[in-house]
Amino acid sequence: MSQTDLEIVVDDPTAPEDDSPSVVSSGTVEIVVCLLLIALAATLGYDNWRTGASWDSTGPEPGYFPFYLSVILGGGSLYGLIVALLARRTVSETFVTRAQARRVLAVFVPTLLFCLVMQFLGLYVASFLLISGFMRFVGKIALWKSLLTAFLFTAIMFVTFDVAFDVIMPKGPLEAAFGR
Amino acid sequence: MEAFGLLLHGFAVLLTWKTLVLMMVGLVLGIFVGVLPGLGGPNGVAILLPLTFTMDPTSAIVMLSCIYWGALFGGAITSILFNIPGEAWSVATTFDGYPMAQQGRAAEALTAAFTSSFIGSLVAVLLITFLAPMISSFALKFGPPEFFAVYLLTFCSFVGLGREAKHKTVISMSLGLLLAGIGMDTVSGNLRMTFGSAELLRGINFLVAVIGLFGISEILLTMEERLALRGHAASISLRVVLGVWKDLPKYWATLLRSSFIGCWLGITPGGAIAASFMGYNLAKRFSKDPESFGKGRIEGVFAPETAAHASGTAALLPMLALGIPGSGTAAILLGGLMVWGLNPGPLLFVEHKDFVWGLIASMYLGNVVGLVLVLTTVPIFASILRVPFAAVAPMIVVSCAIGAYAIQNAMFDIWLMLGFGIVGYVFKKIGIPLAPFTLALVLGNRAEDAFRLSMIGSGGDLKVFWSNGLVGSISTLAIVLLFWPVIDGVLSRVGWTQRTRATSP
Repeated sequence: MSQTDLEIVVDDPTAPEDDSPSVVSSGTVEIVVCLLLIALAATLGYDNWRTGASWDSTGPEPGYFPFYLSVILGGGSLYGLIVALLARRTVSETFVTRAQARRVLAVFVPTLLFCLVMQFLGLYVASFLLISGFMRFVGKIALWKSLLTAFLFTAIMFVTFDVAFDVIMPKGPLEAAFGR
Repeated sequence: MEAFGLLLHGFAVLLTWKTLVLMMVGLVLGIFVGVLPGLGGPNGVAILLPLTFTMDPTSAIVMLSCIYWGALFGGAITSILFNIPGEAWSVATTFDGYPMAQQGRAAEALTAAFTSSFIGSLVAVLLITFLAPMISSFALKFGPPEFFAVYLLTFCSFVGLGREAKHKTVISMSLGLLLAGIGMDTVSGNLRMTFGSAELLRGINFLVAVIGLFGISEILLTMEERLALRGHAASISLRVVLGVWKDLPKYWATLLRSSFIGCWLGITPGGAIAASFMGYNLAKRFSKDPESFGKGRIEGVFAPETAAHASGTAALLPMLALGIPGSGTAAILLGGLMVWGLNPGPLLFVEHKDFVWGLIASMYLGNVVGLVLVLTTVPIFASILRVPFAAVAPMIVVSCAIGAYAIQNAMFDIWLMLGFGIVGYVFKKIGIPLAPFTLALVLGNRAEDAFRLSMIGSGGDLKVFWSNGLVGSISTLAIVLLFWPVIDGVLSRVGWTQRTRATSP
């Protein structure tokens, strides 16, 4: 197996280290998720009980079907909780390491900001900012490349959706200035 | 043959320049998403769905299904050249595909993969062409109890036959069904589970959830991994293609066996993943020298690829004939049907002949065009992987946002998408399967309506689900499948299934 005939090589300089310490174990996350699901099942179950979860003269009331589903969801989550609690005593797998969490947040936080900014500046400006910023600061790609790629992609999206297919996106002051 | 005439009609619907162009665009986009890390069949279809909102249903489904075929083809490229399965169902392809590439036989492996994909889907499409009309005309006699029984069967088989922990499948499914119920109740018009929120009044849109669950969460998951890759470039010459094709008849048994497994697992919600592994394992078992598998044997590429594609295509059969998707991607296509104003179910074959037969014809044509396209353009697509993920990731996020917003023009949906992105990420990491959730979300309302209509019809008597032979046997089968692990355990203890154990992997 010679490595000389490899013709495409892409490196990932910011890859998460393999020996990074664990932030949280899968078991703990499972317990939290099960607790949240039980809470959700209880809330939805209560709401459906209020709506009416029994039978009347015409058949099942509106809350009947979802009420029993909440019961099933609650039961499944409770079972999951017990299983996760029992498995806790043995060795637990890592849910996410610190290096991985850093990388995930490096995508998630910009995405969150993108959704926020979109409300004020519109989708297209927000897209431009997200793509150029992400490429420059997370990907460490040359500034001109980042700006050009972001501009081209946003422009293509604008032409495809707004001009060609008439799919209306949230817009902000910039689009208004151009009268679109 | 009636089906044959209708199929010709379907080709006539299809052969317009506009549709053919859309088909090419769909295939290219599909191969693109198939090759890119962190994207694949369901994600690609979900993200690109909004493009089709303003099209007529036939063009829309042709383009979307071509995206799907393209993604199926694309997955093989990365498996063979880079040892990175673009999709879970391409994992088995890497076993022999990558060793072949290392030996400098990449072109051969790619040709084998594409050709067998083509054969697999062709067999499945033939099955759809002749079986789907029969099933749907049979299903026209179904009333609400029969439909509920079929839905129940689908849900139960997920729980009973799925490989994940049972309670996790149950959680995923009941959560999906519950979320589907949010908003206005379709039978009585009452509001449910909205908690006074005007945004929840519309309910949770299936496609918004899918874009979050598959698109956003996949980006998060991909970022966790080392994205460095090293692979082989390959260009395919006509000589290699003809060489592989000349040897095809030698492998007829493998191809046929894998097609059969794929069709079967595609119709039942077992999925392409199971099919590809089973195809591979059986090819190995029936082979004269099983030891040579995993070291670059061409059969090891033929077997899983044929099965995966046959299964991916066959998953559309129950969707078309009964309105019940056999896979996550089929569920998304089903969601698309509803957006375009079509009502999925057996009536589709009666009311929208153009649509159905156009789609079936596009499966034939799309696969032929796709085969030629991938064989000629592999080098270009392989080099897509040189594009850094830091550039691809934000573009995918933007596409997801456009998709989620476009469905109902609601800002709330953007937040919902983000929320589902987190849910998808966490669920995937702790092993709660997403396919049952998707299926439950898209079928939830219809299943509930069917249940309530049957209850109203019978005056609240559950015996209606055993009121005649047909509905009774479907319901019973559903219950059997639900408890299959238990039944299987008991049977094997008694010693009945030991023989089948030995032959199935």
